[in-house]
Amino acid sequence: MSTPPASAAEAAVEIDGLVMRYGDKVAVDGLSLRVERGTITAVLGPNGAGKTTTLETCEGFRKAQAGTVRVLGLDPHRQRQQLLPRIGVMLQAGGAWSGVRAEEMLRHIAALHAHPLPIEPLVERLGLGECGRTPYRRLSGGQQQRLGLAMAVVGRPELCFVDEPTAGMDPAARRTTWELLEELRADGVTIVLTTHYMDEAERLADLVHVIDHGRLIASGSPFELTRSRGSATIRLVVTDPFPPEAPASLQRTLGPTAEVRPLNEQSLLISGDADATTLAKVSAWCEEHNVLPESLTLGQNTLEDVFLQLTGRGLGA
Amino acid sequence: MSQGTFTPAPGAAPLHRQVRAQAAMETKLLLRNGEQLLLAVVIPVLALVGGTLAARRLDLDLAHEPVDVLTPGVLALAVMSTAFTSLAIATGFERRYGLLKRLGASPLPRIGLLLGKVLALLLVQLLQAVVICAVALGLGWRPGGGVLGAVVAVLAALLGTCTFAGLGLALAGALRAEATLAAANLIYLLLMMGGGIVLPRDTYGAAEGPLQLLPSAALGDALRTALWDGRADAVAFLVLLVWAVLGAGLASRLFKWE
Repeated sequence: MSTPPASAAEAAVEIDGLVMRYGDKVAVDGLSLRVERGTITAVLGPNGAGKTTTLETCEGFRKAQAGTVRVLGLDPHRQRQQLLPRIGVMLQAGGAWSGVRAEEMLRHIAALHAHPLPIEPLVERLGLGECGRTPYRRLSGGQQQRLGLAMAVVGRPELCFVDEPTAGMDPAARRTTWELLEELRADGVTIVLTTHYMDEAERLADLVHVIDHGRLIASGSPFELTRSRGSATIRLVVTDPFPPEAPASLQRTLGPTAEVRPLNEQSLLISGDADATTLAKVSAWCEEHNVLPESLTLGQNTLEDVFLQLTGRGLGA
Repeated sequence: MSQGTFTPAPGAAPLHRQVRAQAAMETKLLLRNGEQLLLAVVIPVLALVGGTLAARRLDLDLAHEPVDVLTPGVLALAVMSTAFTSLAIATGFERRYGLLKRLGASPLPRIGLLLGKVLALLLVQLLQAVVICAVALGLGWRPGGGVLGAVVAVLAALLGTCTFAGLGLALAGALRAEATLAAANLIYLLLMMGGGIVLPRDTYGAAEGPLQLLPSAALGDALRTALWDGRADAVAFLVLLVWAVLGAGLASRLFKWE
């Protein structure tokens, strides 16, 4: 093979100042990030944050409008034909003939590669056998997702881009998918994963890049991200919508060491000094203001809370 | 699966193997699809058999035997059904289901995809020609024009394939998958009935002249002239060529991968 041996220091993906626009809408706004080889790296962000656009630029579908993108040391747009055999791609949706059977489609993608994985174990592993002779268009969303994942790994790539891999999967299939991604990493495959599921990023990722409005707003391991902003949060959910001045009033009660953020009309999140004392103060405030708590919980910070603190809004589904 | 199962071993299969896989898959899916098969084989054969028997019974005053009149026209119809209707519909749904994008992320280069598609089209057309010619011979077809006629007919069919494939891809590029399905079938039906493809233009009365500008009539004329007299119909070839250029231009402007 003519590929030069990759130096250990060379990143799997290196994005520097990427800008992508659709018309006058900016999808990616000066994004810079790095993906180290042999890791699972999650790109986390709400819908419309620019995740898919970024991935599709790395896959060479789109040309970087500004900034540079290197994937396995190659320019994904100019050197696409060199890059494609070395990467695996799982599209967010679709990716087969409407009338094709799952196993047939997988065999076809395998036939385009030089040293594909054996088909049967992969079919069994991802439960694609159950698809039988059903044409692609009549497979369930979860089955289509699993086929998409199988197609991404069958060519034995060095680097896999998986776009929202478990969207629409049942819990068992999600677990299978996670285990598969972990095995890929153990065998030296680099995985770049986009998701808006926090538990997915927490479970799998060595490194999380949080993106919002096309910009990188935080990077770190799930542990670093959840610990760097105070270790706990208090969540207050009430039965009737808050009066409009409630968050400000609660903030005054708690003082500047805690931070109150409304989540919606009936719930809010308190971070910073989130401990038993604060919990008691919140409880007292509720009583004083005739607010009836439905739940008041003190818990560990999750990535979701971190995201909320960073962006001021939830990830949504 | 054990440790080391997924150890990277990337690489593209040789291009000829990719093209073969692509052509085999496209042919298989085309032949598996009932509607496409109806369009590709059943309708042309019905037109041939039904038309021949009806013309014999009605004792129409044609310049040639009914089966000699109809066979070139039905061959032309078969070319149009595969290169235009089937291709347009298949391409529409390939885009709709993300297949084109999926292949765009695989090692298969564009030229490989194109070669695979062309090969699949030609394979299906070969199959159609074998079936139609066998039925026609059974009905007493005696192709005129000899070897030269056959060569000219094959050239006309190839040019017609280019023409209709370009128009089909342009249609699939311009419309959504469902709209492509409807439009491609409708255009096929209209051209089959009134497009001078199955029946010679002189059976259309006053429309004989204007009809020759249609690609359907041009392909029919070219095949009839070849298989009757062993000649190339220059006007028909020219008309097909103009439509081929137009179709290719439109297709490359309108075609979208996703």
